Amino acid sequence: MTSLDPLRLTARQAKKLLVDGEISSAELTKVYLDQIETVEGKVRAYILVTADNAARYSTKVDREMQAMRGPLAGLPIAVKDNMVTEGVTTTCASKILANYQPVYTATAVRQVWEDHVVVLGKTNLDEFAMGSSTENSAFQVTANPWDLSTVPGGSSGGSAAAVAAGEALWALGSDTGGSIRQPASLCGIVGMKPTYGAVSRYGLIAFASSLDQIGPLTRSVYDCALLLQHLVGRDPRDSTSVELPEPIALPSAERLDGLRVGVPTEYLGVGIEPGVRARFDEALARIEDLGGSIVEISLPHTEYALPAYYIIAPAEASANLARFDGVRYGYRCADPEDLTDLYERTRGEGFGPEVKRRVMIGTYALSAGYYDAYYGRAQRVRTMVRRDFDRAFAEVDLIASPTSPTVAFKAGARTADPLAMYVCDICTIPANLAGLPAISIPCGLSDGLPVGFQLIGPAFSENRMLEAAHALEGAVGFDTAPSFKTSGPRPEAAGWTPGEITYRPEDAQS
Amino acid sequence: MISEDDVRYVARLARLRLEPEESSRMTGELAKILAHIDKMSELDLDGVPPTAHVLDVVNVTREDKERPSLPREEALRNAPAVSDDCFRVPRMG
Repeated sequence: MTSLDPLRLTARQAKKLLVDGEISSAELTKVYLDQIETVEGKVRAYILVTADNAARYSTKVDREMQAMRGPLAGLPIAVKDNMVTEGVTTTCASKILANYQPVYTATAVRQVWEDHVVVLGKTNLDEFAMGSSTENSAFQVTANPWDLSTVPGGSSGGSAAAVAAGEALWALGSDTGGSIRQPASLCGIVGMKPTYGAVSRYGLIAFASSLDQIGPLTRSVYDCALLLQHLVGRDPRDSTSVELPEPIALPSAERLDGLRVGVPTEYLGVGIEPGVRARFDEALARIEDLGGSIVEISLPHTEYALPAYYIIAPAEASANLARFDGVRYGYRCADPEDLTDLYERTRGEGFGPEVKRRVMIGTYALSAGYYDAYYGRAQRVRTMVRRDFDRAFAEVDLIASPTSPTVAFKAGARTADPLAMYVCDICTIPANLAGLPAISIPCGLSDGLPVGFQLIGPAFSENRMLEAAHALEGAVGFDTAPSFKTSGPRPEAAGWTPGEITYRPEDAQS
Repeated sequence: MISEDDVRYVARLARLRLEPEESSRMTGELAKILAHIDKMSELDLDGVPPTAHVLDVVNVTREDKERPSLPREEALRNAPAVSDDCFRVPRMG
């Protein structure tokens, strides 16, 4: 067996080693389980590691390789813990769902299971995917492998940190306002939010249904395309899912001749750190070196996107989270006096502070007398944001911006001020409001921490975007191996211990 | 400006028990967030249609065909309390 570096190995390389018989799936899986053993104490990316199951299933894939020669067979993956997995506890990082045992599996996860991907475990997130730092998990605070005193971003911070730390070959995340792209940016990996509807949301525990989308977090753009190929497609169980106009292609572009890339002035306003701006400008220069052209554009309603998002997402969340009431599953308060007391105390005790804030904002915005002023208005702003993009894409092929205005920030730095946390997502939110695909790729370091470069495209332009990102990635030549240094105190989770989080191996992937 | 009474009222609508210190803290936080959101009122949005959904799909239906449903014991497996094959809850107040 070749010696493998889990901090640099791509799925493309791992797949070749498997197909060539250089390595077995069991050996490959062990590389990640060993790395989890070594660094998980510091990183805490996983809520649950299904180590026994992964070891057993990878052995089975090896034994039955002829029958299981799916294109992804034997490649290990991590799954964000807001996608339900039959037989494997799914918590959404919430006390209200601790020890919830799903009776079905999310379509996106089912599709990679059927390709005989080996699931390593379920990763940490901000409770119900609400947050930008993964500090809102009820269970644990995940550290960024590039500096353990900083956050990995969020809400898919566990998936991003697991990939960056070599604890997974690749991972699934979900993105409602930047929750794949921002943690990918902060952790120095690739993350993509596909066009709304490209991937089924069935079994993704709903946060904001008109914005949520599942997507890949990977070590390369090629890997991103490879995984996305197996996630997309119409699902009869999600009536908002659609068939893509063309299949996802594996990217091979080295040049960007003729590509017009728009840079919106509004995205480069206040709050972009100088180091982020410098790496972003260098990446733009690389695009020009490769034959592309940079065009200054305007998306005039950008400053209204954040306020509109912080009505629409909480409004949808307040409706979606009504189902967590202590009746059918999850946490129930002790000794309720009557049914109303059961509902109110179960939810008051079961939800964390950020989830409560959003349920409150959403309920307020939808309540009698405020609906038109808040929700109705936000939906009209959403139309204006979409029109901005439509106009821009008449002029340019793709839009570029920094993914996050800053590099990874210190744990605890923004927890006291919810609004300071919300503005992290200023560059990522508009794509969700308009349902557009967007990708973040690493474009260098600032003060030793990764900077993410975002490309946004028209609906269903995944292939064009992946080709462009692939060519740019080649020109940038980013080294994905983090240092695991610590430049300050490691935060302790003000966490709640869920007791034993378990899974029933007999139901899990077998 | 949102008041603490508003917060308590909305919490009741949301069936969310807030401790007194939580509703007091929440009042300040929501006021700040809503002040930011009020930026939307600068825009003239007359005649702009709302976007509820970005996809151009309407009335997605499936064939009206029987399919097996979730077995009862599976549906009840995560329930905090069960009696007579039903979810058990306390009496209504």
